[in-house]
Amino acid sequence: MANQYRTTAAPQGEGAAAPRVPKAPPQEPGAKELKARAWRSRRYRWDMKYSPYAFLAPFFLFFLAFGLFPLLYTGWASLHRVSLTDPNNMEWIGFKNFTRLLGDEFFWNALKNTVTIGLLSTVPQLVMALGIAHLLNYKLRGSWFFRVAVLTPYATSVAAATLVFVLLFGRDYGMINWGLGLVGIDNIDWKNGTFTSQLAVSTIVIWRWTGYNALIYLAAMQSIPNDLYESAALDGASRWQQFWHVTLPSLRPTILFTCVVSTIGATQLFGEPLLFNDGASPTGGPDHQFQTLGLYLYEQGWVNLHLGRASAIAWAMFLILLVIAAVNWLLARRLRKNEGRA
Amino acid sequence: MSTTVTDKVPTGQLESRPVKAPSRKSKAGKTLYGGKWTYLVLIVVTVLSLFPLVWTAIAASRNNERLAQTPPPFWFGGNLFRNLEIAWTDANMGTALLNTTIVATIASAGTVFISTLAGFAFAKLRFRWKNFLLFFVIATMMVPPQLSVVPLYMLIAELSWTDQLQAVIFPFFVCAFGVFFMRQYLVQALPNELVEAARVDGASSWRVLWHVVFPAARPAMAVLGMLTFVQAWNDFFWPIIALTQNGSPTVQVALTGLGRGYIPDQSVIMAGALLGTLPLLIAFVVFGKQIVGGIMQGAVKG
Repeated sequence: MANQYRTTAAPQGEGAAAPRVPKAPPQEPGAKELKARAWRSRRYRWDMKYSPYAFLAPFFLFFLAFGLFPLLYTGWASLHRVSLTDPNNMEWIGFKNFTRLLGDEFFWNALKNTVTIGLLSTVPQLVMALGIAHLLNYKLRGSWFFRVAVLTPYATSVAAATLVFVLLFGRDYGMINWGLGLVGIDNIDWKNGTFTSQLAVSTIVIWRWTGYNALIYLAAMQSIPNDLYESAALDGASRWQQFWHVTLPSLRPTILFTCVVSTIGATQLFGEPLLFNDGASPTGGPDHQFQTLGLYLYEQGWVNLHLGRASAIAWAMFLILLVIAAVNWLLARRLRKNEGRA
Repeated sequence: MSTTVTDKVPTGQLESRPVKAPSRKSKAGKTLYGGKWTYLVLIVVTVLSLFPLVWTAIAASRNNERLAQTPPPFWFGGNLFRNLEIAWTDANMGTALLNTTIVATIASAGTVFISTLAGFAFAKLRFRWKNFLLFFVIATMMVPPQLSVVPLYMLIAELSWTDQLQAVIFPFFVCAFGVFFMRQYLVQALPNELVEAARVDGASSWRVLWHVVFPAARPAMAVLGMLTFVQAWNDFFWPIIALTQNGSPTVQVALTGLGRGYIPDQSVIMAGALLGTLPLLIAFVVFGKQIVGGIMQGAVKG
């Protein structure tokens, strides 16, 4: 289709820069024709000037309505007492929602759980993804089969995955306890222990996201130029040394990227701990042992009906993310500096 | 995620054309083939990846009594269709599947369209505040959805959209990633001369969009569409808040209802989970290569 334009555009007289306005035909144009031409060129100028904004408009309209406005309004709502039953009736209470959070043991508990589950899920996930990517980077028979296979958990929804893992982690009849029983380990009450429940929730996250991250690493590995490996091999580097000194340094931006994305994901963790609990209630177990910040937000807003408090929790989460992003950025800069010195 | 926008996006590989298998050379100039252990480990990884899904089907084909016995079942029983039927009718999975299909289809089509328009503008057109706006778009990729959930809820309550599908469709159109993705693709895949030539012919911007940009962007649009579809299908947090189990649930909402003990029969719950996952799994079998390729392409631009 595009070719039509190319062929029709070619013979425009002078050659090089084709004139933007159609050239005057040989005979004197009538007044009507002149008018029409002026209109055309004016329309053309308007088109050039305003069409970019027209193209951007749909995105930014939706963005204003469903992105920016809610974002700012969360801040505003967090300074009020708002009930879910009557959200239009807002009572100004200043920073009370925030000061309340500071003294709220459940908030700190949720924060601690979020960090623990975040570490338990992110670190093994990324390390394993790196290893799997390394293996997938070999020349393999059926490499596409393996790639699609490791990605299937990504296609499984949080809800479906968690419901299966609830059964697999069952105390009395679960597959995992049965397997552990074979090697002589007594049944573990995964759901009711603090560490065990957090480990189980992390397992679901790891299962769903490892393959996805492996593919991202694989993509990055494939863009590493071959000669880097060749010269390393010529210097007598073993495969392991090649991985350590060529692959890993080249992957650093990608690793940083996945760390940031996984951290954001971990901060928002919600579906897995919600459905892992009995009756899918947002308490995170009887002792709140696996209640995350996302769950606590939901509990405050949609179970206890305090939308103002929920907004305050949302802003607290955002601040935590900003701190993490800043630390990440500083770390990356530090690493780059060290590299420059070496 | 680098916030500097580079134009160095490898493109042209987005089509279904298979990405070449890596050909790392060893010292002797031979390609590095995976050894026995490579295959062994990858097979273990594959089994671990697929096992929970297979076991969902196994559990869905049993009954409650069998699931409360040790050892757990390892092979299929005869109750699959009975359980699927119960899940379909009693747990509202039929409605849920239809709703989710509608939501995911409109969400991905709309996102692709909106993102392509904006991506084209950012990639090829000149206008004021371009860099600032682009930076703004990228910055919003970092903002978690939880942050806006309270006002969003108040908004749809105000519009009386609670329990209506548009409540979960429209917020999906705000896809900064899509804009960025399309922009990165079009910067490379769409030659300036092509746009200029169409302009010289007196084509209006809309005609340029329709006859030049869309054809050039088609591979990236397909990838973005598939990724958005998967995401919309599996979206969890917002639908739980905006929709209810007995109103117009999406699959994820209906599954949460199952988890709430709506139906106490474990094998029926598993049948519901199977129903909710199966459409995407089939799509994965059919489009697996393209989806894998799309994710890998999307990754390189980071």
